[in-house]
Order: sequence, then C-alpha cells, then structure tokens
Amino acid sequence: MELSTILQYAFAGIKIGSIYAMVALGFNIIYNTTGIINLAQGEFVMLGGMFTVTLAKLMPLGLAFPIAVLAVAIVGCLFERAAIWPARRSSVITLIMITIGGSFLLKGAAMQVWGKNSFPLRPFSSEKPINILGAWVQPQVFWIIGVLAVVMILLTLFFRFTLTGKAMRACAANRAAATLSGISVDRMVLLSFALSAGIGAIAGIVITPVTLVDYGCGSMYALKGFAAAVLGGLGVSAGAVVGGLTIGLMECFGAALPFQGASSYKDGFALLILFVFLCAKPSGILGRAAISELKKF
Amino acid sequence: MGKKNLFGLASLVVVLLVVPHLLGNPYYLGVLVWCGIYGLVCMGLSLFMGYCGQISLGHAGFCALGAYISGILTTRFGFSPWPALGVAMLASLLVAFVVGLPTLRLKGHYLAMATLGFGMIIFVAAGGDPFGLTGGPSGFWGIPKLSVFGVVLDSEVKWYYFVWAVVLVCLVALLNIVHSRVGRALRSIHGGEPAAKAMGVHTARYKTQTFLLSAALGSLAGSFYAHYVGFVNPHPFGLNFSIHLLTMVVVGGMTNLWGAIAGTALLTILTRYFRVFMDWGVFFDGFILVIIMLVFPEGLFVGAARRLGGFVSRKRSTGVPGQASRQAAGGG
Amino acid sequence: MDNILRVESLRKNFGGVVALDGLTFEVQKGAIKSIIGPNGAGKTTLFNIISGMYRPSSGGVWFLGESITGSPPYVTAKRGISRTFQNLQLFANMTVRENVMVGRHCRTKTGFLRSALRLPGAAKEEKRTAAEAMDILRFVGLEESAQRGASTLPFGKQRVVEMARALATDPKLLLLDEPASGLNLRETEEIGRLIQKIRDTGKTIIVVEHDMSLVMAISEEVLVLDHGRRIAEGPPRSIQKHPEVLRVYLGEEIPHAQSPES
Ligand SMILES: Nc1ncnc2c1ncn2[C@@H]1O[C@H](COP(=O)(O)OP(=O)(O)OP(=O)(O)O)[C@@H](O)[C@H]1O
Ligand SMILES: [Mg+2]
Repeated sequence: MELSTILQYAFAGIKIGSIYAMVALGFNIIYNTTGIINLAQGEFVMLGGMFTVTLAKLMPLGLAFPIAVLAVAIVGCLFERAAIWPARRSSVITLIMITIGGSFLLKGAAMQVWGKNSFPLRPFSSEKPINILGAWVQPQVFWIIGVLAVVMILLTLFFRFTLTGKAMRACAANRAAATLSGISVDRMVLLSFALSAGIGAIAGIVITPVTLVDYGCGSMYALKGFAAAVLGGLGVSAGAVVGGLTIGLMECFGAALPFQGASSYKDGFALLILFVFLCAKPSGILGRAAISELKKF
Repeated sequence: MGKKNLFGLASLVVVLLVVPHLLGNPYYLGVLVWCGIYGLVCMGLSLFMGYCGQISLGHAGFCALGAYISGILTTRFGFSPWPALGVAMLASLLVAFVVGLPTLRLKGHYLAMATLGFGMIIFVAAGGDPFGLTGGPSGFWGIPKLSVFGVVLDSEVKWYYFVWAVVLVCLVALLNIVHSRVGRALRSIHGGEPAAKAMGVHTARYKTQTFLLSAALGSLAGSFYAHYVGFVNPHPFGLNFSIHLLTMVVVGGMTNLWGAIAGTALLTILTRYFRVFMDWGVFFDGFILVIIMLVFPEGLFVGAARRLGGFVSRKRSTGVPGQASRQAAGGG
Repeated sequence: MDNILRVESLRKNFGGVVALDGLTFEVQKGAIKSIIGPNGAGKTTLFNIISGMYRPSSGGVWFLGESITGSPPYVTAKRGISRTFQNLQLFANMTVRENVMVGRHCRTKTGFLRSALRLPGAAKEEKRTAAEAMDILRFVGLEESAQRGASTLPFGKQRVVEMARALATDPKLLLLDEPASGLNLRETEEIGRLIQKIRDTGKTIIVVEHDMSLVMAISEEVLVLDHGRRIAEGPPRSIQKHPEVLRVYLGEEIPHAQSPES
C-alpha cells in the first residue's frame, strides 16, 4: 500500500473512531455513577443528528448545534427519571431490558417523527477536500477530531476541578460513602444521564455531515461504542478514546483487506473484536482485571 | 409435572383442535402458524432467561442460522429438507457451544453485549455474500416444501397442525425439565449463583446446556421458517427480531413457560392479525419492555391478576428475584 | 489420622489486599471449631477458598487426606463440604422445600434428557428427593413451613433454612458463616442447640461467629484470626485469656453475648 492510501484509510478510521470514542465516553459516564450500561446510548447519537437536521432548516447551524445538544440532554434526563430511577433497585437483567427497551422506544418514536429516510446535514465549513501527503481529507474530519479533543478536555476539567465533577467521581468510587458525605446520588445519576446524552448528541451532530442520519443508526453506534469502551477498559475515559480510535482504524483497514466482500463485512470486524475481547479479556487493554472484578456488574 | 400443567396441556390441545374450525380464512390460520414458530424460540429463550436468569439479545442469530443453512443446503447442495434441518441444528449447536463457552462466563451487561454482538455478526454475515451462498441483502428463493410422513406441507392447515404438534412435544419435554432436578438447578442459578455453586450445581455447565437447548430450538424455528415461507433474506433476522423475541417472552412472564407461549401468541396475533402495530412495531416492543419491567416484572398475566384480584397471595413470590446477579461470591 | 481438614500456608491476595497470609490449621473429625477475629480478618475468604469459590494465591487445603486445593465448588460439595453464607443467600424464587431439594443436587443425577423424557428412574428420584428434603426440614423443625416461599419466612427461620439446605448435601464438613448474626438472644440459643445436634449426627462443623457467648458455649476449639494470620488457637477458656487476643480486641475484655460489630 502507498503512503497516501494508508493515510486515506487512517483518516477514515480516526474520523469514525472519534465518534465511537464519544459514544464510549457516554457509556463510561453512566457506568461509573450507576453501574448500568445504557443500551440507549446510540439513540442519543441518532437524536442529536435528527434534531440538528430539523433545527438547521430554521436557524444557523451555530445555534442549532447547542439547542440540539440541550434537547437530547433533556431527553436523557426524562429517560432516567421515567425508566431508570423507578427501577434503581432492580436486578441487572431488568435494567438491561429497560435500557434496551428505552433504546427501541426512542428509535421507534424517531421513525414516527422523521420516517425511514436518511437525512443529510451540510458540513460545518467548506466541502472542499484538503490534500495531506496525497490523501484527500474532508474538512469535517478535522471538526470531528477537534470536537472530540474539546469534549475530552472539558470533561477532564469538569471531573478534576468542579465540585459537581468531584462529587460524581465520589459516587463512582463509593456510593455509600458519597451519600454519607452529603452528596445527592440521585442528582448525580440524573446529571450523568444528561451529560452522556449531551456527548452522544454532539457525536451525532458532527458525524451527520459525512454519514447521514436515519432513525435506526443508533444500534450500530451503541454496539461499536461499547466495543470501544470495553477495549479501553470500562469506566476509563482515556481508554474510551484509545478504544474508539482502535476500533475505527481496525474497521477501516479491515475493509481494505484483500479478499472478496471485505468491505461489506466491515461492521463484522468491529463486532468480532468486541466479541474476542469480551471473551478473552473483559477488562480491556487499559483496565485492570482487579478493578473490573471489584466493580459490580 | 403437576395437575395444573396437565390441565393446561389438555386445555391447549382442545383449543388447538377447535380453533381451525372457527377460523374461515386460511390467512388467520397462518397467523397461528407464526405463533407456533415463534413459540418454539420463545420457549427456549424463556428457559434461558426466566429459569436460568441469563440474557440473550442475539437469539435471532440462531433462527438465521437455521433458516439459512436449511435454505442453502436444500437449494444449492441438493439436500432433502430433513437432513438439512438436522445439519442446521448441529451447526447451530456447534456455534452456540463455541460462542457460549467463553460468553457464559460473562455476567449481566457483558453477556448482553456479547450476545447482541453475536446476533449482529450473524446478521452482517448473512447480508454479505463472499462465497455466493447467502444471496446478499436480497436473499434467495426456491426453498422446497417440508414433508412429514409423506405428507407435503403445502397448506396453512397442514402447517398449523404440524407446527403445533412440534410445539406441544417440546412444551411437554421442557415442562418435564422445569419440574425436575435440572429445572430446580436452573432456578437456583437465577436465585443466586454463589449459593447454587455451593450446593454443588455445576452452574457453568447448566448455563451452557440451556444455551445450547435454546439455540437448537431457535435453529429449528428458523428451518421451519425457511420451508414455510420458501425464501430467506437477512432483514427479518436483525436486532429488531432479537428484541421482539425478548418482548414476547417478557410479556407473558419469563419465569414461566406458559407465559412465554401466551406472550408469543398475544403479540403475534396482535401484530399479524389485528395489524395494530404496523410501523409502530419497534416503538411498541420498546414501550412494552419498559412498562413490563417497571410495572409487571412477572409478566402481564400474573402481574395483572395480582393487581386486579389480589387473590393471588402476594407472599407467594415466584417472580424475578432481583439482586441475584449482583451478589459476589460468598459476600463478606 | 483423625483430622478431617488441613489448611497449610494459605495465602490469598485481592490486588494489594492480603486477605489470608500464610494460614495453617487443622480441624479434628467430629469437632465444632470456631473461627473468630475482627472484621476483615479473612474468615469469609477462608470459607470461600475451602468451599472452592475462590482459588488460593498459594498454599493448600486437604480434606480427608486428599488435596482439594483449587477444586471447584461442585467438586468440593460432592466430596462432602457444604456451607452457609454470612449474608443470607436463599433462593428467593423457591419454596423452603425446594431450597432444601437443591441441596440434594450433588447426591442425585437426573440430567436434561432423562428429565425431559420423564423416565421412571427420574420420577422415582424426584419423589425420593422430596421425601429426603422433608426429613431434613423435620430435623431442623421447619416441616410446617415447607411450602412457603423462602423469602417470606422471618429472618431467624431463613438462617435455619440455609442450614437445612447445606445439610441436604450430606456433608461431612459443614462451614457456617456467622449463623447467629442478626438473631436475637433466644434464636441464637436455638441455633447453638441445632449446631450441636448436627454435630451429634457425626458431622464436623466450622463456625465463623462474632457472638462470643455462642462461641464459648458450643466450640471445642477456637481459632483467632487477624489480618489473615493465626494469632491464637486452643480451647475456648484459654483463648479468652490469651494476651494477643485481648490486644486485638482493643485491649478490652472479649465482649460477651453480643457481637463486637453490633
Ligand atoms: N472479592 C473480594 N475482592 C477484593 N477484596 C476482598 C474480596 N473479598 C474479601 N476481600 C477483602 O479481604 C479481606 C478479608 O475479608 P473477609 O470477608 O474474608 O473478612 P471477614 O473476616 O469475613 O470479615 P467480617 O467479619 O466482616 O465478615 C477484607 O479486607 C476484604 O476487603
Ligand atoms: Mg465474613
């Protein structure tokens, strides 16, 4: 393979990998405060895209973006209050079914509202590809990478330096102790849903200009985002980014493998990686086995 | 297996014999054929989820394996339907074994995601067509009719009697299992894995065996599907179907085989006969799952009876005992 | 030799935490041996290793002269080791009798196929299992609660059901993890009598317990653990005066009739 071809694939991998990373971050935030894997995470991505597509018809993109993120965050809160909170004492299996149910509910509702078509969104800046060492890269890719970087930085600042962020980390470390020290765990859980819904929405908004959005696209994002989260070690935010980029790159280079129909199996590669990792090393590349043993499932 | 079950079986047989005479249109009978085909999968899933306390979000994958292998072997390799069905089932068992061996060590979310991933892999594999076998996204036609003891199943009525005979046989066998040492062992896993282990239950083996059994039933249903419809394509075997299966099991009450059958019949009749869902299928599956889990975790029938009458003693809880999967070994 | 269990240089780490630190002891056949020690001393971890729930980091366990180090629980159960849990672990989805019947699991053998076809042998075995479960419930005095849901019983009775379930496996060695915790004075005395009654049927029993009056009343020997190490071992009277034990319990007299954790 030539350098330019390799770069071409690498950029494609980083582009989609950044999205998986953001989905994985969303998984981690909720997982850390509640121990729940929110299977409706992918629908937040889809809703982010859908809301923006609709809003962008009425207002400039710069305005539609934050409003859409806010709207999805509110959906996240409603979902938590209506479906998760009442079941907070239920078994893991029950919670899994509730979140997968929530995922289908949102997906089905989106189908009723927007129909079954795919929708485009105009790129944030020019559509003219940029040539980098012979590879042609859409400017939107840089938007995606930039947004991921900003999200990561803001999250780090939030968790490190704000009182609320520290309180959320305290919940993650030890719920009982957090409650005793006066932290309202309920509020933190609600906040974690808002936060991860918002991040999911951001991912959906930045990716829509390159991939379109339809009502059913959430499941794949969720599955691959989860693969990324597991790969990086569930609950570890740096792991989410590493895992997301790894999955994205493997998927894009896998599609280039020299056998017939390789590209139609590109989704299969990510799933196989997920599968192998789940079975062989569920603690991921960065997570420690001991940690995952201690965490309740 | 107890008087209640014998009475239930007798009533079911009577209903099954009477119903065809009440329905004029063969289309309506076709709806009941679907109930039977789905019922096969859902019974297995009920055993795996309700009794064993595990979760699978990928059982559509086993149906796909059954349907595709039956279809491919009969149309492209000249197999007759029954040997093809047998090969399909063996292959599904093999796949279930390979998938289940590492997967069933996983708990809760990991198991859910691994099975979800498995289902998607099968779906993606069926949609691609590198060897010219699966027909890609549009699938392929011309799967021959199934015949039983020389009778070709070429009408809804014949399919109806055939499928429900198979369902009955499987139901009796599963009821026997459930009301035995094995069934108790399975429920003990659901009730609390550490304690089950301490009592000498080989939990890993039981989980695998139950998974295999449910995979075999899924494959069987898939093969029937292929021969009944005559063509297969990937579309019906996606995530939506896996979740639809889950919904059917849960609606009727997953801790009860009868619940699985009742839930399957209820949803299938609603969707196919009254066509109430149409495009709302995805939405309603999600809605039902959430509502059932929040309000009637024991299923609609038990739950509603309990709410309405209150005559079912609240104390005789046979329902979904939570916490089970959260408890660490031994505890301390 | 008349020891039924021998534990040698047993170590267990959880990440950085050393739960057991080179523990060695023996248990005589037919004895009631108590293990005491402050919270986090490693008592439950010890039970988890003996019963095969955890693998030790190093060291070994011998049962009736044979090594069972690292054997999975379904093997140890069959060999004759059974246990109860510190935090009750009854099967809430079953009746009391069914709970006890699960205990018979390792002594019966009907599998999927034989039960699916309901072969005569399977039906007969099922009947026998039910009868045996009733016998055990009679032995512990719970026969009239047999058909009740296990989780509907009062807490004290649930502890007894757990013991009945453990007994149903026909153990030679019974591990009881804090059988009296959460029980009132009268219930504690009853449990003490039941434990002695079980021992009198020829079984060996190890009891982990914080309730000193119970420990003093029933045990032939006491082993004191702290930080995963043995700090004293001997008959109850001598343990009560052991300086090292007094130091571990904060220099106080060993509390009587109530658990130190309250
Ligand atoms: N599964 C586990 N993972 C990590 N650490 C554990 C685990 N089980 C026990 N420990 C640790 O090992 C040490 C010993 O615990 P153990 O439960 O054996 O104590 P114990 O003597 O039974 O205490 P208690 O009287 O409170 O029951 C403790 O520090 C505990 O935190
Ligand atoms: Mg303990």
